[in-house]
Amino acid sequence: MSYSEEFRLLVDAYKKIDRDGKVLLNNKFGNLVINKDTVVGKNEIKGFHIKHKSIKDGVRVGIFIDEGARIEFPIHLCFGMLPKEGRQVIKSEFFIGKGAKVKFLAHCLFPNAVHIEHIMDAKVYIGENAEMSYLEEHYHGDTGGIWVYPRLKGEIDKDGKLFEEFKITNGRVGVLNIDYEIEQKERSSCELLTRVYGKGDDKIEVREALQLNGVYAAGVAKSKIMLVDNASGTVLGEIAGNAAYTRGHIDCQEIVHGEGAKASSMPKISVNNSLAKVTHEAAIGRIDKKKLETLMARGLTEEESVSFIVSGLLK
Amino acid sequence: MMNKSIFEVKNIYYQAGKTEILKGVNLKIGKNEMRAIIGVNGTGKTTLAAIIMGLEGYTPTEGRMFFNGIDITNLSITERAKLGITLAWQTPADLEGITVREYLSIKKEGISPEKCLRLVGLSPALYLDRTIDEKLSGGERKRIEFASVFSIKPKLVILDEPDSGIDMTSMDAIKKAIQTFKEMGTAVILITHSEGLAGFADKVSLLCDGKIAKEGDVKEVTEFFKEYCERCSHVGQMDKEILK
Repeated sequence: MSYSEEFRLLVDAYKKIDRDGKVLLNNKFGNLVINKDTVVGKNEIKGFHIKHKSIKDGVRVGIFIDEGARIEFPIHLCFGMLPKEGRQVIKSEFFIGKGAKVKFLAHCLFPNAVHIEHIMDAKVYIGENAEMSYLEEHYHGDTGGIWVYPRLKGEIDKDGKLFEEFKITNGRVGVLNIDYEIEQKERSSCELLTRVYGKGDDKIEVREALQLNGVYAAGVAKSKIMLVDNASGTVLGEIAGNAAYTRGHIDCQEIVHGEGAKASSMPKISVNNSLAKVTHEAAIGRIDKKKLETLMARGLTEEESVSFIVSGLLK
Repeated sequence: MMNKSIFEVKNIYYQAGKTEILKGVNLKIGKNEMRAIIGVNGTGKTTLAAIIMGLEGYTPTEGRMFFNGIDITNLSITERAKLGITLAWQTPADLEGITVREYLSIKKEGISPEKCLRLVGLSPALYLDRTIDEKLSGGERKRIEFASVFSIKPKLVILDEPDSGIDMTSMDAIKKAIQTFKEMGTAVILITHSEGLAGFADKVSLLCDGKIAKEGDVKEVTEFFKEYCERCSHVGQMDKEILK
């Protein structure tokens, strides 16, 4: 298959997550498109540069945002695999220059997955007073035959900001094992948000850890996990307040529906400075029967009602 | 004008634990009839609504129900809804994150969300993109519930205490909406304590002690209710002398 054909098929797969693939064809948007171990498309724009090389089963990529650059439009990253089987490793490093501001929209598409392993090993360096948003949405097809390992190690310099969101609400999840660890310097802020809808025998494990090392650093780790059928979910939120006036909060919501669905949540909070404050809240519950019956009384089946309710809860 | 019955309840019994709540209820509702069901608290009005809709835990211990000649007694909520039966709850559920537009678009071939909102006196521009959560007032939520009932163009709607927990403005809108159901030819079972709302009905049934104790003309039954039931200190002990 030619690069252009691979590119076109990934653009088509965008529709699976209700996105318009045309953004990947528009020159004003920075983008990077990787199919398995090959960069099939990229568009560098002012302030945004990419370096990449192929490695075994994947690509090593460096993403650079220039110091002071304010990137007006989101940069689109599209990683995926069109074959049914295989392994993809993306080793990425993001360097966000001092005072820069950027938003990434990442899409990881495995529309035909039957037996795929996807490893996303990312390192993020956010410079002083820089801001980065990273919204990552996955589509894994309907078989559940996929193992996904998103790994993130990040450092946020003083006054820097990171907003990171991971979302998979369409199709099956498969096996998902998220492991994020962020270190924060003074007055930096970080928000991590994970939204996942597990079905069938999907297995979801999420670890979000924040080290609040600088004074006035603030961090929130949020997760919303919906589990139906025989899906299981485990959320481990960790925040350590290591400096004065640091503020941290863990917010975990898990909802289960059906006899086989299982959820657990383990917050681990610690304070190593008497002026730090870290809190947590966790709720695991069932879908309210009245909500289900309300929608069924409008003609939806029980399964459709669950999906409808979950679509609202995961927004 | 009343015509052929669309819905019939035949000798329905229902027991919750050891308590018998309904003890042989019979009802016949005409095609575009509005029937009010009145009765003091605890007589089984909401239980009857739940049984008609087929809610979980409300399977009758005895009796049958027929809609357009089809026995619906063992049908699921969805199957009943697909036949054209629906329920507007006394306290509608919040649907966090769901917009009014999404909620009113469940039935693709139904009435448009914009029109449904106008039928309950709410501005589409102000409400379509709002989410259905605790930020809505009780009156707004109830009106949106009515709009969602309109959206699926039902043949039979059960309105459980439509006047409870709402402000005056919403009350007017709810009254108009109830009239609109009638104009659209929808049969309505109106469960209420309000004499004002019962006044919209073609007929009133008085539920007492798990049975329809009296049925007929609005004025006659509501006056009987005021005379005897409102002052009555008992629930579920029909005074047979009065009913003679």
